[in-house]
Order: sequence, then structure tokens, then C-alpha cells
Amino acid sequence: MRILYFAWLRERVGLGEEQVDLPAGIADVAGLIAWLRTRGPGFEAAFAQGRLVRCAVNQDFAGPDAAIAPGDEVAFFPPVTGG
Amino acid sequence: MDAVGATIRVQTADFDIAAESRALGADRTDIGGMASFVGLVRGTASGRPISSMTLEHYPGMTERALGAIGDAATQRFELQGCTVIHRVGILLPGDQIVLVLTAAPHRQAALDGCAFLIDWLKTRAPFWKKERFADGTESWVDAREADDVTAERWGRL
Repeated sequence: MRILYFAWLRERVGLGEEQVDLPAGIADVAGLIAWLRTRGPGFEAAFAQGRLVRCAVNQDFAGPDAAIAPGDEVAFFPPVTGG
Repeated sequence: MDAVGATIRVQTADFDIAAESRALGADRTDIGGMASFVGLVRGTASGRPISSMTLEHYPGMTERALGAIGDAATQRFELQGCTVIHRVGILLPGDQIVLVLTAAPHRQAALDGCAFLIDWLKTRAPFWKKERFADGTESWVDAREADDVTAERWGRL
């Protein structure tokens, strides 16, 4: 699975993109976030509860219940501020 | 002539609103009016002078999101065409950031379509701004709840 991070999440995590092998049993965005938080202080800080983190699965906005599968492109980022 | 698909561009280069207007109206005589919005980099944020602003985006999703918003506006307001150009990279105070241009048979559709496009773009297109202040410090711009409220007045996409 390809995971992308943008804006302050990218800075907090320390990388913009990575390829991960999805651990067995993770089937939705909430599960992925819970696992990512265990991967180090940068991840923990980025995904700390109460933080405003948005997600897209295969380039469409997705909520915590959205299903994910190996091969998906999942992105995490703050609320958008373009325009 | 029927509506053509939205013209969407994400680029570091500046844009020329006159050239884009001519391109949108080229070779047709059915357009009754065009409306435009140009977003600019303000020189201050929270009362502090900024030296530059950096625009980051999500390549791929950005074009998809802008295309979807452009198509939604075209359908809803029966636009004859629209152009959305959003710049990325490092911009300076006074620089142009974004252009929204709409064409329609009558003014109200062009004006409403333009407002709809910029309102939705601000809440649905994956861009992020980082301000660099004159004192060298940097800060990511927070999303404004007011922008969500403004976009919601149009109902769902």
C-alpha cells in the first residue's frame, strides 16, 4: 500500500510517501491510523487524538470507516487551505 | 455550441486573465457573459507581514477534485465553459494564486457558477498554504470554518 502525507503531517511524520505492507486485520482507515500511531513519536504526534486529519483513499475523500485494501493509495493531510 | 469540459491547470507559472478569457471564448458567439475571480497573496497574516507563501498540493487528486468541481458547476449552472488555474510553489505578496473563469448565456449563471467554484475549491481541492513571515518563522495556514459554511450554502456537490 502506498501512503502519502502532506503539509504539517508530512513534516511531523518526516516523509512524504512510503510503501507499506498492510498488517493482517486492518480493513479501514481508522484501523490504519491506529497502526500508524504505533510506528514512532512522529506518527504518534501527527495522528494524536483531536488532531484534524483528513484522508483520501485512491484520491477520493474518505472517512474513518472507509474500507482499504493492499494496493490502495491512501493519503493523510490537514483540512485544505487553497484558493 | 454546447458546453465544453472544464479547463483545469495546476502550475507554478503565473497566468494572464485576458489570455484565458480569449481562449475560453475563442471561435464561438453564443456566450453572453463571463465572470472571473482572481485570488491574490495578501501581504499580511494576522496583522504580521509575510515574505512569501508556499502552496503544496496532492498531484493527481488535485486535478481530479478540480475537474469534479468544474463539471458540477457546469452542469448546475449550465455553463458554456469554465477555466480553473491554481498556482503552486513559492509565491510573493501581491502574486496571483488562483483564477476561476466562467462563461454562460446570461450574467447570473456566470456569476453564480464562479462563486460556487471558488467556494467549493477552497474546501474540496487538496492545496495547503504555508506562510513565511518577515521574521523568518513559518506557519501552516489553518482551515477556516467560515469557508465550510460558505460552501455549504450551495448544498452538496
